[in-house]
Amino acid sequence: MTQAPRRAPSLETIGMSKTFGTLQALTDVSIKIASGSFHALLGENGAGKSTLVKCIMGFYQPSSGAILVDGAEADLGTPARAAALGLGMVYQHFTLVPSLTGAENLVISRADVGAVINWRAETRRLDAFMATMPFSVPLDVPTGQLAAGQKQKLEILKQLYLGRRFLILDEPTSVLTPDEAHDVLGLLRAMTVAGDLTVLMISHKFHEVTAFADEVSVLRKGVFVGTGKTTDLSAADMASMMIGDATLAVMDHRASVATEAEPTLLMQAITAPDRTGLKTISIANLAVRPGEIVGIAGIAGNGQKELLEILAGQRPMVSGTIRVQGGTYSATREDARHHHVRFIPEEPLQNACAPRMSVAENLALHIFDVDKNGKNILWLDRARIKQHARTLIEAFKVKTASLASPITALSGGNVQRAVLARELTGEVDLLIVANPCFGLDFSAVAEIRARIMQARNAGTAVLLISEDLDELFELSDRILVMSSGEIVFETPIGTADVSIIGSHMAGHH
Amino acid sequence: MSGSADIGLWGVPLAMIGGAVRVSTPYIFVALGETITERSGRINLGQEGTLVFGAMIGYGVAIITGSPLLGVAAACACGCGFGLFHGWICRFPKVNDIAVGIAMMQLGVGLAVFFGKPFIKPAAPHLPAISLGWWSAVPQIRAALDVNALFILGLGLALFLNWAFRNTKYGLMLRVVGDSSDAARAMGLNPNRVRLYATAIGGGLAGIGGAYLSLYYPGSWNEGISSGQGLMAVALVIFARWNPLGCFFAALLFGGAGALGSALQSVGVTQGYYLFYAAPYVLTLIILTATSSRSHSLVGAPGELSITK
Repeated sequence: MTQAPRRAPSLETIGMSKTFGTLQALTDVSIKIASGSFHALLGENGAGKSTLVKCIMGFYQPSSGAILVDGAEADLGTPARAAALGLGMVYQHFTLVPSLTGAENLVISRADVGAVINWRAETRRLDAFMATMPFSVPLDVPTGQLAAGQKQKLEILKQLYLGRRFLILDEPTSVLTPDEAHDVLGLLRAMTVAGDLTVLMISHKFHEVTAFADEVSVLRKGVFVGTGKTTDLSAADMASMMIGDATLAVMDHRASVATEAEPTLLMQAITAPDRTGLKTISIANLAVRPGEIVGIAGIAGNGQKELLEILAGQRPMVSGTIRVQGGTYSATREDARHHHVRFIPEEPLQNACAPRMSVAENLALHIFDVDKNGKNILWLDRARIKQHARTLIEAFKVKTASLASPITALSGGNVQRAVLARELTGEVDLLIVANPCFGLDFSAVAEIRARIMQARNAGTAVLLISEDLDELFELSDRILVMSSGEIVFETPIGTADVSIIGSHMAGHH
Repeated sequence: MSGSADIGLWGVPLAMIGGAVRVSTPYIFVALGETITERSGRINLGQEGTLVFGAMIGYGVAIITGSPLLGVAAACACGCGFGLFHGWICRFPKVNDIAVGIAMMQLGVGLAVFFGKPFIKPAAPHLPAISLGWWSAVPQIRAALDVNALFILGLGLALFLNWAFRNTKYGLMLRVVGDSSDAARAMGLNPNRVRLYATAIGGGLAGIGGAYLSLYYPGSWNEGISSGQGLMAVALVIFARWNPLGCFFAALLFGGAGALGSALQSVGVTQGYYLFYAAPYVLTLIILTATSSRSHSLVGAPGELSITK
């Protein structure tokens, strides 16, 4: 093991600025993180959080400013130098190599490993190291087989194993269930309290920040806007520091659901192979009624993607039936058009757009081949496509330089607005949405959720697949939990409990 | 082969075993080389070209120097050169390794045909065989057990790689790079450099396989010497799930299938035996069809491989 600094280091940035060409990503940011503290860094997408931590970790060179580690000015020119000072980073996405075991992942991440690995000696040292840790993870299975919470623990163990005592965590809980998140953050919290570790956590979950962090710093548009003890700040204070004076879209009140109504979507006795082909997705019974949002909760990789693919006709079923408005649904363009079924898959730029085609063309994907009366046409009506696009852009406030610019040039929020505009325009009886707000900023999120709620109140049946429990609680009328390819739990929103849903997500029960 | 005892239909399995050992060696080397390359996350279809060029250069050098071992060394060096070239082109952004591989295949075969013209007539000294059948009086058994040193080297290499992928720093580094470029970069590894070396080693092994073709079995240089063995070895790697020992046994299976036609001929089947010359190709098709699926991805495939992404 590399020589570990005994104490948890403190860190301070002084007047840190970073420009990329003409873009000023960071302006004069000074943040102080005391030794053994748990510090949260808040900010919208694009506020400069990741630029700041990349400067600290030596991936970027700040344009001006200095970094002090333990009170002494440190030259963090390269990731290796940052590592030598005991700074480590845990990323939002796992950096473990899935086909290697935990032990192999740990050993190979060390710089001083010999050409031939003496596994007996290494195992002995790993066991001794694990004995000093407050939590353990099985090290003899390929990390691809570990649950997300265990992977995240192993990422943290890896940093500690490498002797890093200042950890930067980039949204560490976005892939975890609430229980796992609680578990992991609680352990880190205990280590900071003991003085073994200093933590800087990037997060956008206020309840986590309030529960686990001592202090919070907020960035907005590359500028440091404030800091404070979490005990002195409410969630509303932090939110207003993050978004400034921007106003958020307001959500409609819920109209009541006609529980007796014939379901718009009815999936029965469906079985299909999953991505690996080793497991089976089986949906015994799933009904979505008009004017109702049914939320599907679950940790990524438990069959939600496959469910979406089945509904989109991308994955053949072994057995079962899908009915939409009482009629058999086979996910063809004709069926979708006839029953007014619309899709908003996750990562809409890749999955719901032709990225290099223009905004106008992308907005016309439903109407380019038919005329006003729904008759098939042979020649494109350019004027109508433009007019259609203009109306949609106006109605959904899509910011684009022109109708002819490629849709890939738009920001993430605007791509999502454009797709939403296309899918929610016209008659919509069934809307299937997956992770619609992933990676978007507050104002876009608020607006998109308000639109979905509007569609619901207008009588659309909505199936919402999301990895964000807060989103599901905000929007759903019923929440279903998927685990290991099956729907294992169902609860109306009125009696829904995060911890019960979390334990079903984790597959306990 | 001098005189043969009458052992009837037993001749078929015996000839197939002998054939398997003889025919499989180039498959073993190309497949092991390709395993190293693919484990690093890159696919090199140029192995076919490297194999043919290695056959030509090995033969040529053996004629000129009189030493078949120098021929093997030269073929290995040229193969490394081809691998380095492939790896160097692929390090540029937006270059597709499969397309480059196809171009390299054409280049290798083309260069071999161009430079190989003078070597079609003269006979080169052969690689020596080790006779493992000395204990038997039956000539067919002795013939079947005439084993080339390269075959044994191939077996040793398969065992070594199987161990090295798990127990050496370089083996683990190779697997890290092949499974996740991001993880490799986070670890401070340069994926392009690891892949460059992996492709070079893979090319070098394919070159040795080529030298075996021209210097031992069939044992002469001509333009159609490989008949696609380099490509089939790439398919074989997928069949063997990127496992070196799996590659060895799969190569034996392919070799045995390749020997079926001549084995039938040797016991006096005079009609239709030539259909069995197609056995390796049919086997390739069956295996690729059987192991592919449109609803799930391959288990055990390196995550960075472009065909599995």
